[in-house]
Amino acid sequence: MLYREAGQFKTTYVADQQIFPILQDRIFVLAVIVAAFLAVPMFASPYLYTEILIPFLILSLAAIGLNILVGYCGQVSLGTGGFMAVGAYAAYNLWLRVPELNNLIVVFLFGGLMAAAVGILFGIPSLRIKGFYLAVATLASQFFLDWLFARVKWLTNYTPSGSVAVGNLSVFGWKIETPADRYLLILGLVVVATVVAKNLVRGHIGRSWMAIRDMDIAAEIVGFRPLRTKLTAFAVSSFFIGVAGAMWAFLRLGAWEPLAFDINRSFQILFMVIIGGLGSLLGSFLGAAFIVLMPILLNQLPGWFGIRMSTALLSHLEFMVFGAMIVFFLIVEPHGLARLWAVAKEKLRLWPFPH
Amino acid sequence: MLGAFLETLIGGLLTGVLYSLVALGFVLIFKASGVFNFAQGAMVLFAALTIARLSGEIDNKEVHLANFVVAAAILGLAVALIGWYAWREFVARGGGPDERRKMQILAAVGALVGGIAAYSYGKGAWPIWLAIAATAAIMGLLAYAIERLVLRHLVNQEGIILFMATLGIANFLDGFGQTLWGSDIYKINLGLPKDPIFLFEAVFPGGLLVDPGELVAAAIAAGLVVVLAIFFQKTRVGRALRAVADDHAAAQSVGIPLNTIWLIVWTVSGLVALAAGLIWGAKLGVQFSISLIALKALPVLILGGFTSVPGAIVGGLIIGAGEKLSEVFLAPILVKAFDLAGGGIENWFAYMLALVFLLFRPQGLFGERIIERV
Repeated sequence: MLYREAGQFKTTYVADQQIFPILQDRIFVLAVIVAAFLAVPMFASPYLYTEILIPFLILSLAAIGLNILVGYCGQVSLGTGGFMAVGAYAAYNLWLRVPELNNLIVVFLFGGLMAAAVGILFGIPSLRIKGFYLAVATLASQFFLDWLFARVKWLTNYTPSGSVAVGNLSVFGWKIETPADRYLLILGLVVVATVVAKNLVRGHIGRSWMAIRDMDIAAEIVGFRPLRTKLTAFAVSSFFIGVAGAMWAFLRLGAWEPLAFDINRSFQILFMVIIGGLGSLLGSFLGAAFIVLMPILLNQLPGWFGIRMSTALLSHLEFMVFGAMIVFFLIVEPHGLARLWAVAKEKLRLWPFPH
Repeated sequence: MLGAFLETLIGGLLTGVLYSLVALGFVLIFKASGVFNFAQGAMVLFAALTIARLSGEIDNKEVHLANFVVAAAILGLAVALIGWYAWREFVARGGGPDERRKMQILAAVGALVGGIAAYSYGKGAWPIWLAIAATAAIMGLLAYAIERLVLRHLVNQEGIILFMATLGIANFLDGFGQTLWGSDIYKINLGLPKDPIFLFEAVFPGGLLVDPGELVAAAIAAGLVVVLAIFFQKTRVGRALRAVADDHAAAQSVGIPLNTIWLIVWTVSGLVALAAGLIWGAKLGVQFSISLIALKALPVLILGGFTSVPGAIVGGLIIGAGEKLSEVFLAPILVKAFDLAGGGIENWFAYMLALVFLLFRPQGLFGERIIERV
């Protein structure tokens, strides 16, 4: 009843081309953002920040990046962890070597740009190689980058164990110390990045990505240049992933080693994209929420029922349930959580008179 | 120098044979069903764990009670689910004598597996051949479960969805195997000779050092490849498999049952996983890291081509040799030139090698030519 667009007439092109053409959508999204900025800091505990909200937001951003490449441009990549590592270590080196700068925004942008450059480099084979061959080929970037950060001593500032740490962070003079500071900074960046991504994918460049995804030869014949289109997808995707990697390192971990960005991270983010929904920004958020929350839930569940288990058994069971849930979700809704959301909205528009 | 080179080369080639063995499992499934089966590594681990626990002496007598209860519950649930599916189909088809016999066979296999699982908790230490046979039966059952519970529901989905489903299966199997059999490091004792042998002592000073275990493993792998080739080329089922690989719809329209074919393919690649698990387990011990050799087999796969059995073999040899040679001869140069903290380039070298090959032949060395139409 409440969710109805009847009577909302668009009289200008601007009104017709808004991101959310329906008034109720605008109100809802605005309410969510305001709640995230104002209401959450009033009650959130440090645990909620560091274990749930911060990982969720950062990994959502990474999932958006991967979704641009896989969901919008159709190029399957298994190298996400490697690109996150590029972002993290590029940001670290700028932060370390230019100490007078000490502005996280600049540092993160630099990490993103370096990741974009590396992404373009590893995207070049996509012009020749397609499908699963490309997916496996992108693993080359993952393993190479993992190795690079573990072995090249200059990148980790010659620390003997290869693990690096950051501290004393600030943005334009705002000291980032408490979890709430970190949360607000991440939230702000993620909101901006999401708006940018949304406008990219619904504009000319996003349409060219989708044309390449749907049939690359046909797209080429009607005038899209595959070189430029694919490489911009790799660049933009890697930029987002690189920024997410830098944020993960600086604001989630604080001290890290190359293992933090290994191949399991790549698979985790791919899971988010698939479970959330290919080609949907909302899906990236839903998928990230699902993947971040589920292990926490699985960990807590036996405790709630008063069952005590050894940690080894618990972790094995977690693997099993996780695998089974993935398969279950793919069978029930192969198009992801975003599709469920869309179906629910469609139902809501007609409710209570479905015919 | 030449001696060292040859020694590395031989070692690399022998390891490469094992890579091909894992890649072979991938190829079989991809050929017949277009599924990029990431669970192959997990299947290798599962098979190896099963053999190790069935055949090995269990040092740790104290079997965790929770472990046992959970494992039994899961096993019971799985068997019940499969039984329920089978029964539903049995009723739906009206239950002819053929179906009745199938059900009986299924029940017998189920009872056998249940008995094996229950018994092995108490005793362990079976003769190795019995353990292998029992594991083969379990792999068959696993293939049946995967076909029934997962693949059948995902017919006509896109390749990436199927790929993600196999990632889920891989996760599940990793957890399942370790819940069921524990996560310690086990040994598989095949009775392989351990002492290194020296070849061509007349030609090179000190001869070439070769591990006889690897030689035996390579021989087993080669034998398996020959058997598979005969199976594919000469038998009725093999012909049906090739028909399905060529064109699903056409094969179905001439009366080849797709579901049965998939079951056979998954069983065969389960058996290939068993062989791989046996050999790797005997060589390195059975532990979680064994499932990571799937990642080693992937460059072999793209190098040889997803759809080619000979490609998996040749690719494995190239990758195995390239990896070892690069580690021994290229890594020290890189370390010196760039002041690195150690070599370890074999992790990515295989991928880079495959990538370079792919730039010239996007379908791999022996893959079917990719013809694109609009």
